Amino acid sequence: MGFEYAPAPESRSIVDIKASYGLFIDGEFVDGRGSSFKTINPATEETLAEVAEASDADVDLAVKAARRAFRGWSRMSGKERAKYLFRIARIIQERGRELAVLESIDNGKPIKESRDVDVPVVAAHFFYYAGWADKLEYAGLGPNPQPLGVAGQVIPWNFPLLMLAWKVAPALACGNTVVLKPAETTPLTALLFAEICQQADLPPGVVNIVTGAGGTGQAVVSHPDVDKVAFTGSTAVGKAIARAIAGTDKKATLELGGKAANIVFDDAAIDQAIEGIVGGIFFNQGHVCCAGSRLLVQESVADEVLARLKRRMGTLRVGDPLDKNTDIGAINSAEQLGRIRELSEIGVAEGAERWAPACDLPSSGFWFPPTIFTGVTQAHRIAREEVFGPVLSVLTFRTPAEAVEKANNTPYGLSAGVWTEKGSRILHMASQLRAGVVWANTFNKFDPTSPFGGYKESGYGREGGRQGLAAYLKGADA
Amino acid sequence: MSTTVPTDPAPGLAAYSEVTASEASLRRFLHGLPGVDQVGAEARAAGLGTRSIKTTAKAWALDLAIRMVDLTTLEGQDTPGKVRALANKALRPDPADPSCPSVAAVCVYGDLVGEVKAIVGSQVNVAAVATAFPSGRASMAVKLADTRDAVAQGADEIDMVIDRGAFLAGHYLQVFEEIVATREACVRPDGSHAHLKVIFETGELQTYDNVRRASWLAMLAGTDFIKTSTGKVQPAATLPVTLVMLEAVRDFREATGVQIGVKPAGGIRTTKDAIKYLVMVNEIAGDDWLDPDWFRFGASTLLNDLLMQRTKMTTGRYSGPDYFTLD
Repeated sequence: MGFEYAPAPESRSIVDIKASYGLFIDGEFVDGRGSSFKTINPATEETLAEVAEASDADVDLAVKAARRAFRGWSRMSGKERAKYLFRIARIIQERGRELAVLESIDNGKPIKESRDVDVPVVAAHFFYYAGWADKLEYAGLGPNPQPLGVAGQVIPWNFPLLMLAWKVAPALACGNTVVLKPAETTPLTALLFAEICQQADLPPGVVNIVTGAGGTGQAVVSHPDVDKVAFTGSTAVGKAIARAIAGTDKKATLELGGKAANIVFDDAAIDQAIEGIVGGIFFNQGHVCCAGSRLLVQESVADEVLARLKRRMGTLRVGDPLDKNTDIGAINSAEQLGRIRELSEIGVAEGAERWAPACDLPSSGFWFPPTIFTGVTQAHRIAREEVFGPVLSVLTFRTPAEAVEKANNTPYGLSAGVWTEKGSRILHMASQLRAGVVWANTFNKFDPTSPFGGYKESGYGREGGRQGLAAYLKGADA
Repeated sequence: MSTTVPTDPAPGLAAYSEVTASEASLRRFLHGLPGVDQVGAEARAAGLGTRSIKTTAKAWALDLAIRMVDLTTLEGQDTPGKVRALANKALRPDPADPSCPSVAAVCVYGDLVGEVKAIVGSQVNVAAVATAFPSGRASMAVKLADTRDAVAQGADEIDMVIDRGAFLAGHYLQVFEEIVATREACVRPDGSHAHLKVIFETGELQTYDNVRRASWLAMLAGTDFIKTSTGKVQPAATLPVTLVMLEAVRDFREATGVQIGVKPAGGIRTTKDAIKYLVMVNEIAGDDWLDPDWFRFGASTLLNDLLMQRTKMTTGRYSGPDYFTLD
């Protein structure tokens, strides 16, 4: 008999999901004036809650509340603002299990990731920017830096709470107030965060959360009294936002798609490189803008790397996101699953070879097995378009120069990975790769002290670190 | 566990005869092995440590872990009385529960092999440390005499130490030849041989690159098991060191067809730790290694924690330490 891990489900009794949710405006939960929509558990397709869809009028109320709150919040001393942010960070830690379980239920990501990555990094972001609030004049962004005003923030469904933290923490630390729209499929942790703002006694209107779909997001970013737009999501929507705000005074940071190259040289520490490839593409079901979705492997070790990668993929556990032993959870939505399937079928039609380990997928919910395509070239659509799912394209190269050429030969430029035991080669590659983040002998590492952002169609502006402050201060270029 | 020494090396191993033909070729081979990234290896081990093993899986793992224990006492103060007590415990770890399995082996110094053997017979193996354990600092003649003496006393298994000084000085062929010679000293008059475990003392080799090289070196020299530590040096066994060794035996079998066992020893004290090791065996080397023939725990205090958890699983209650024997 083999070692069969018995189910080890995290209890969901710690979360209390209400039947319906309103909008969080001016420190209160209020009913929306528009319609409502359902949010579901992508692992089971059960309806979790009915959520208000903010209308233009609701968004207007939220922006007005943020504007009213801006006066007091921006004039409050940095030391006082820091107290609120530290308090929020501590409450996030205290309610960490609740946030992790809710995130996994609403998003489909495995509990081991929401518990060990998302929530701890969220708390770390609030702690980090809380520390900056009273030190802004020492950030190297000019004397007496001033906040922008009201920030309209639109975030994606892949890291619902983490993207909220990336946006809200620096905005508040710099003295801005925010109107945030969480993604349509994952609104619940943002609404729990609203509760945390109440618990922290954050002044009303400093944080407003309006749920809804694309129309609500459009209302937020194009509202005339919004001074700053921060968006993370698809390149198509990012371009639409850029067009909508062109010619206005609004500042913007856009963090968009990616098609990152994960480059494995023949002298790499091979077992750890395999882990990096697996973590690079299968972390969070591949729903990661900086995912290492293109494996560039040196041809001289390609067969060995592929054999080891396939063996490793055979040990990945796909299933119930709340099971503590699950490595790969559910695809976030039927729509996204359709997109992954479509691009995978195109990959097969274009002649790439598809491989996935044998794995039993649950009968309900949205699932896609961890998949690799070999025999992929730059001419294949799966090597160019962002799949945003657990699908890896494997390409080969012969020399470092060819690796750089292929890695950069993409409209995107968000991240890249380099695997080699040669330090000088790491430095050389990092200087040649046109990507906002280059990871060396690791992948998908996030830290609040490190700026994050893209080149080319991956967007502009930086989030995180000291550079992340620039996006929320006057006169400082992000 | 007595097996006949094969007259010819395994066919897969024969391909490596040139590797071990000279100091230069052995060095080239060992230094040509892929490196180990420390941060990545430690992250992988920590990640596997978050697996949650409950209910039926835990019950299964507990019995397996007990069957894998090399119950060990290696003290200057060891007496015949002490090792006899340990031998009885090895046979019946939980006298209150006859369904509790015996451990794999009792591990003692060579001069006490006979005392243990008289009690355990062939029900539990007797392992003896040899080759000037724990430092390995003696002449080859002394090390081989130490080994032959333990084998003659009836040891089923020999746990030898490598000469870490020679290894760190880059004298790989010397280390290789010492292992080969010790293996020959394990041969009994009837042609069978005592199982050989090679201890690296990974706390002294320090880097994971060294651990990987030592693993391949020992496997090429014909060891049956590779073992982390003597228990006399800190750190002793760790999850990442064992991870690197499990990767080595996995890769070695793939390259040569020869399966080698792994024994972490020292510092594994709790059931929780033992289960982390079993998860790692399962997910790195595979379930072929989930057997006392291929994986052991060198431990002493671990056994009672396993027994307490086992009793908790069957009765639903924790019993105090006085409900378990202290031997």
